[in-house]
Order: sequence, then structure tokens, then C-alpha cells
Amino acid sequence: MVLTSVPFAEDVFTWPSDNPQLIGCRCPECKAVFFPMQPSCGVCGSLEVEQLLLPTTGTIWAWTTQEFLPKAPYAGGETPETFKGFGVGVIDLEGVVRIESRLTESDPDKLKFGGKVELVIVPFRTEGDKEIVSFAFKPV
Amino acid sequence: MRDVVVLGVGLHPFGRFGAKSAIDMGADAIRLALGDAGITWKDVQFAFGGSFEVDNPDAVLGRVGRTGIPFMDVYNGCATAATALEMTADGIRSGKYDIGVAVGMDKHSSGAFTSDPVHYGAPSWYGEAGLFLTTKFFGMKMNRYMHDFGISHQTLARVAAKNYANGVLNPNAFRRKALSEEQILESPMLNYPLRHYMFCTPDEGAAAVVLCSAEVAKRYTTDPIFLRATALRTRLAGAYEVHSSSALIEDQPAPTVFASRAAYETAGIGPEDVDVVQLQDTDSGAEIIHMAENGFCKDGEQEQMLADGDTKIGGRIPVNTDGGLIANGEPIGASGLRQIHELVRQLRGQAGERQIPGNPKVGYSQLYGAPGTAGVSIISR
Ligand SMILES: [Zn+2]
Repeated sequence: MVLTSVPFAEDVFTWPSDNPQLIGCRCPECKAVFFPMQPSCGVCGSLEVEQLLLPTTGTIWAWTTQEFLPKAPYAGGETPETFKGFGVGVIDLEGVVRIESRLTESDPDKLKFGGKVELVIVPFRTEGDKEIVSFAFKPV
Repeated sequence: MRDVVVLGVGLHPFGRFGAKSAIDMGADAIRLALGDAGITWKDVQFAFGGSFEVDNPDAVLGRVGRTGIPFMDVYNGCATAATALEMTADGIRSGKYDIGVAVGMDKHSSGAFTSDPVHYGAPSWYGEAGLFLTTKFFGMKMNRYMHDFGISHQTLARVAAKNYANGVLNPNAFRRKALSEEQILESPMLNYPLRHYMFCTPDEGAAAVVLCSAEVAKRYTTDPIFLRATALRTRLAGAYEVHSSSALIEDQPAPTVFASRAAYETAGIGPEDVDVVQLQDTDSGAEIIHMAENGFCKDGEQEQMLADGDTKIGGRIPVNTDGGLIANGEPIGASGLRQIHELVRQLRGQAGERQIPGNPKVGYSQLYGAPGTAGVSIISR
């Protein structure tokens, strides 16, 4: 069976795409950048925010691990038996904005402050013949 | 603005209480606070009630007396109790009322808090992806803090061990068993660098305070404890805070820093004048960071301070003498009023086995939590 890849949410990253990018927004008034898109600027309140495709590389500003199974609304589909911890980071995307993301690496010995990472689209869970995909950052 | 006195404090123990409702715990706390103040419910002109789980804390009126007074329900994240306290104080400061009650109550199920991220202005997928977790935020913030300022895992364990040890001395605490630093460091990692025994847990409990004007207080006491300052602040644009899916590149100080500065300014004192401290120790890392954010040390000095026992009962600047959130757990609506209860007990010399020496005169309390809200209160004799 061939699985079709479906993004876990609309308007989070460009898909399908050979070079997927996260979809953020920028306020033309004060230049503040946010992720994901939001209807108004969180700094000055302007309603004129414009879509901005974000850089696909960055550095780890902060990181931690998620080692217990989150309660709902978490929808990773694991059980306490199958759950494996994952890494989480705040990524500085080339000085444009800092965003929160899951990391593909969760070993504290392999995660470094300032370490370079890149955006990857990864399988999240399976629903029938659909593979639900989400985004993560991978150390490079 | 008129001076406000903390006339009475009451605390329902924190922990797990079977079928007992949050409302009934709140009523118990109010009765204890009234008895401590030497007044009756009929003397109370208005009240604020804080809770996360209870929609209408004013249902407590059905237990203590439906006297028809204005009773306002408040919820303001982890700063709920500081908010109830400030609103009650403002009612007296302004001259509108002379005697009021702030009460907080909650009854949470166990395990990390959760909610709908959409109610926090975050997208649904933020929760579905496993990012909508307060504990993860605290892990992230502390991990970076350790990296920047050289705080060790041992120091994280020292904070938790201190708070469990203080809990042993507190009959109202939830956790009353001492844990060694080794036991804490061997407990499972939840969010690196924070381990199971370094976190507080949501639980049950209630606390209440009676506030009155300085003039009215003269009828009841010759040694009043004044509420010198209350301050609430929210996060600035740019700050990386709980439930931030993104943050501006330029980081900003946490809201606690601004609430703390405002409270010191109003009280006309500085951190060097404080004798006993209550800080939001959602986890032991949070207590370490909050020591600096509230001005009790410079970033990084906590490493030596904890090694020297400075924040223990009997230390230079005791922190969380009743065991803090780590030993008491966090019934959100009540947590900040528990802090005030402990400070009042310490200032009156009524803290029993956990009494700090030296006749303390100034107490300081701080709350911080989702979605990036802080509250600071200062009391003194
Ligand atoms: Zn703007």
C-alpha cells in the first residue's frame, strides 16, 4: 500500500514541495515576525500582517526533552508502552524569528546550544492509507 | 491611597482529600482566616475568590453565609491568588471598603496541567504536536539558564531536597517525606534537566486572607502586618514564555522582573531588606531562576548560595520555608495565598518548627506561570 502524505495541519508548512518551508508572517509596520500565521501583529496590533516563508535552517537557542507521554490534545497516537521521548527546541531561524519545534534528536549528549539544524518533514502518525506528516528540526 | 493590613490568614491543608469539594476547602480556609483575624463573616464587606477548576468560587457563600456582599470570581493563571489579593487590597486602598477577604481554592486531578491551546491564542496543532506543555517550557528555560550561568544538576537537587525537608516540618504540606539529593537525581527525567522529584504537582487545597484598612486594624491588633505592595505583570513582546510558538529574536526579561521592580518601588525597599521569601518553585529550576529575577542574587550566584545553604531555614535568605510548591503542590487558586499565610506565620513568630530566627520583619512572595503572568506581594511589620 502506498501512503499519501498529508500535513498534520493546514498553513503550517508549504506542502507538497521539494523544499518545504514554514509559513510565518511579518508585520509591515513594525517588522515583527511570528510563527505560525496570525491575524494581527503581537507587537503593535496592526491588522496588515503579511505571509512570510521562513528560513529552513537555524541554530538551537534552547532545548529540552519530552520524556513522558503528553495528555490530550497530544495526537501522536502512541501509548505509554510505545511512547519514545522526543527533543524540543527553540530555533533561531537565521535571525528572523525564534520558533518552537520538535527535534529529531533527543539525546542530551547530541544536542548543543548554538548547534546548526535544518527543517525536515517527518512522519507523525498513520491514519488508514494516509501518512500524517509534521515538521521537525534535525541537527546537521 | 490607604495602607492595608493583613489581619488574618487561614489555610486548608494542601494534598488529596477524596470527595471533599474545593468549595468546602475554601469555606474552611475562610473560617480559619476569620478566626485568626478575630472577626465574623458578617464583618466582611466584599470578597474575591480565585480558582481554576471552580467556575464560581462565590458558591462558598452558601457555606459561610449569603450576606449579599459583592463577591468577585477571578482566574488569572498561576497568578490567580496574587490577583485576588491585589483586587481585594485595591478595594481597601481606594477607600471603597474597610474589610475584605481574598480566598483561593482548587481541586486538580494529578499529572501536568493541560487545556485547549486555542484558548491561549495558539493553534490546535501546537497541542497535537506535543508542544503545549508547561513543564517543557520550564525544562527549556532552565537548561538554557544552566548553560549560560553555570548551574549544576546537583544544585537543582539541592533546591528540591531543601523544599522536601521544609515540608517535613509543615503539618499542612502535601509531601512530608525528606528526599536525598541522590534520590532526586535518580528519579526519572521528565524534561531535561528536570526530573520527577524536581517538579511540583497539581493537587487540592485552599487558603484565605482577611485584609482591612490600617485604621480598622487598630481595633483588632497592636502589632499589624502591612501589605506594603502588590504588583502584577504580563510578558512583553519578544519574551520566550510558556506556550510561545514563536518569539522575536531579541529576548526580553520575564514578567517577574518587572513585577518585582514595581513592588520594591511601591514598598520603598530593596531585596536586601527582605527577611523571608516565597518563590514560585513549579520546579527546582524555577526557584533558582526566580531568586535572580526577584533581585536576591545575580545570575549564577545560586550555585554557591545553595552549596552554602543560604536559602535554608536559618540561612542568610530563607526561601520557601513551608516547602513551597514542591512540597505543597499547586492548587492554582490557593497557591499564592498559601505563600502569604506562611509569610505571616513567620513574621508573627508562629511558624513552629520551621520558624526562622532573628525576628523577621519583611516577607516577599512571587508567583509565575502560564501564559506568562507574574505577581509579587510584599508584607512587613
Ligand atoms: Zn507590528
